[in-house]
This record gives sequence, structure tokens and C-alpha cells, in this order.
Amino acid sequence: MTVVDKSLIGLVGEPFTEEVEKGAIRKFAEAVGDPNPIYRDEEYAKTTVHGAIIAPPSFPTTFRAPMPGVNLWGMKILHGAQEYSYVRPIKAGDKITVQTRISDVYEKAGGSGKMTFMVTETAGKDEQGELVYTGTTTIIIRE
Amino acid sequence: MSQTYFEDVQLNEAIPALDKDTIERLQLVMYAGASGDFNPIHTITEAADAQGLGDVIAHGMLSMGFLGQYVTNLAGPGGMVNKLQVRFGQMVRPKDTLTLKGVVTGKDDCKNLVSLDVWAENQRGEAVTKGVAQVTLPSKSGCGCSCDCK
Repeated sequence: MTVVDKSLIGLVGEPFTEEVEKGAIRKFAEAVGDPNPIYRDEEYAKTTVHGAIIAPPSFPTTFRAPMPGVNLWGMKILHGAQEYSYVRPIKAGDKITVQTRISDVYEKAGGSGKMTFMVTETAGKDEQGELVYTGTTTIIIRE
Repeated sequence: MSQTYFEDVQLNEAIPALDKDTIERLQLVMYAGASGDFNPIHTITEAADAQGLGDVIAHGMLSMGFLGQYVTNLAGPGGMVNKLQVRFGQMVRPKDTLTLKGVVTGKDDCKNLVSLDVWAENQRGEAVTKGVAQVTLPSKSGCGCSCDCK
């Protein structure tokens, strides 16, 4: 188990490419209980401004990009906050290359002991190298 | 899906709420599989208990997924979600029932961009996940940018 401290700030993970499969989008929408046809009906999707099946806004959580310098498995972790910002929606068939950077680590005294906050920034680019989305994740590690 | 236009939403007005079905443990198993988040605190009672949580808690990202559904519904077939940012404030557990709510906090006439406060409320009226969103809506004038039309 690694120690999560300020020495991790600035570490960048290996780039990781994921092909966005329409079946993965449909199963994600089903798990969320979202009946929107734009996630499953190609004919309907063609009539929308996007022209194709798109992925839900929180779908990049499925891209399990390598975390640089730290393995959180087995730690007492909670998800503190999450942001996704889009240049364009992710579409079925996109090959998205994601890379994660640890941007901050800080500590706070919580009611039940020390809590360590780790903030990571992820950028997702398409095959042309154009930015599609950015994600910011705050993870809370409890002692 | 019906379309909400940029002209339809007004500053400080609420967006119609969306009631989700009661969360069952099976939904957490489905979400674990669909998202790839297999942290056992979401699916296995003993693992959650060992971490002092008593019983399983829902993935925070599930409530963000609900809010994603809510703002994508607002965007409709002609708009898009530009941003969704949330803070996970309170734990959500099986048998909780969440309702999604939102209020318009800003309108950018040049970009047809609507800013919103959005949140997920449980059956006790507690806001468990709070956030902000930005959604681009089509304009009734058919113009992508109202400023260019003038």
C-alpha cells in the first residue's frame, strides 16, 4: 500500500485508450435507470444534433485509467467530488485516450481521524488528438 | 424526447423535478458492473461493515449518473451538457429514493448556455449530492449564437 502525500503531486499516469462501445453505453444507462433513447437507439440518435449514440455525462468514470504512483485498492476511500467538462459529447465508436495527473494532495482533520484528499485531473482526447473532455476527481482517504 | 429551448428557461426558475425509483441493492450490483467500480463497500455488507459503514452505500457516481440523466433530459435532442460538477455530501443507501432538482442560475445569450444549481434530494428532503451544471440549449430563432443574429 502506498502512502498518499504531497510527493505525489505532479505525477502523470500512462496514457490509456478505450474504445467506447455502444453496448457499454447501453448497460451504463440501464444501470442508472435512464431510458433516454439517445443511449440505445441508433435511428433515433441520427435525428439528434449529435447524429449518433452519445455517452452519458458521467460515463468517463468507466475509463479505468492507470493512477500514477498510487494503488488505492484496499484503502478506506470515499469519493468526495467529481467534475466533467465537455468540448463535445463522447460518441459510440470514439477511441478516447485518457491520461491522469495528480494535481493536489492535502489533509484535513475529520471527526473520526485524519482525512487525506487527493485531487486528480484527467484529459480525454479523440483519435485526432482533439480534447473531448476533462475530469476532476477528489478522493478522500480515511485512516 | 421533447425539446426545451433557450428562450423557455428563465433565470432563478426551477426546472421540473425528476423522481427516480427507489434504489435497490441489485442496482448497485448493476452499476458496479457497468462502471467497473468494484469497491466492495457498494455491494458486500461485510466489506462495508469492516470499514465502519454498517452496510453497503451507493456509489456516489450513481447519484451523479442520476443528475446526468436530469441535465441530459433538459438538453434534449438538440442541446448538449457542457459541464456537470458534483460534491458527494451524504451517503446514499439501498431503499433511499432520490429526486433530482435544479434552478437556473445564469443565461449566456451569446452561447445559448444555461447555468444551473442541481442536486439530488432523498426521501427526507436532504440534499445528498449537490452540484452545478452548464447546458447548451437550441434557440427558437434557429441561431447558434444570439449575438451573431443581431
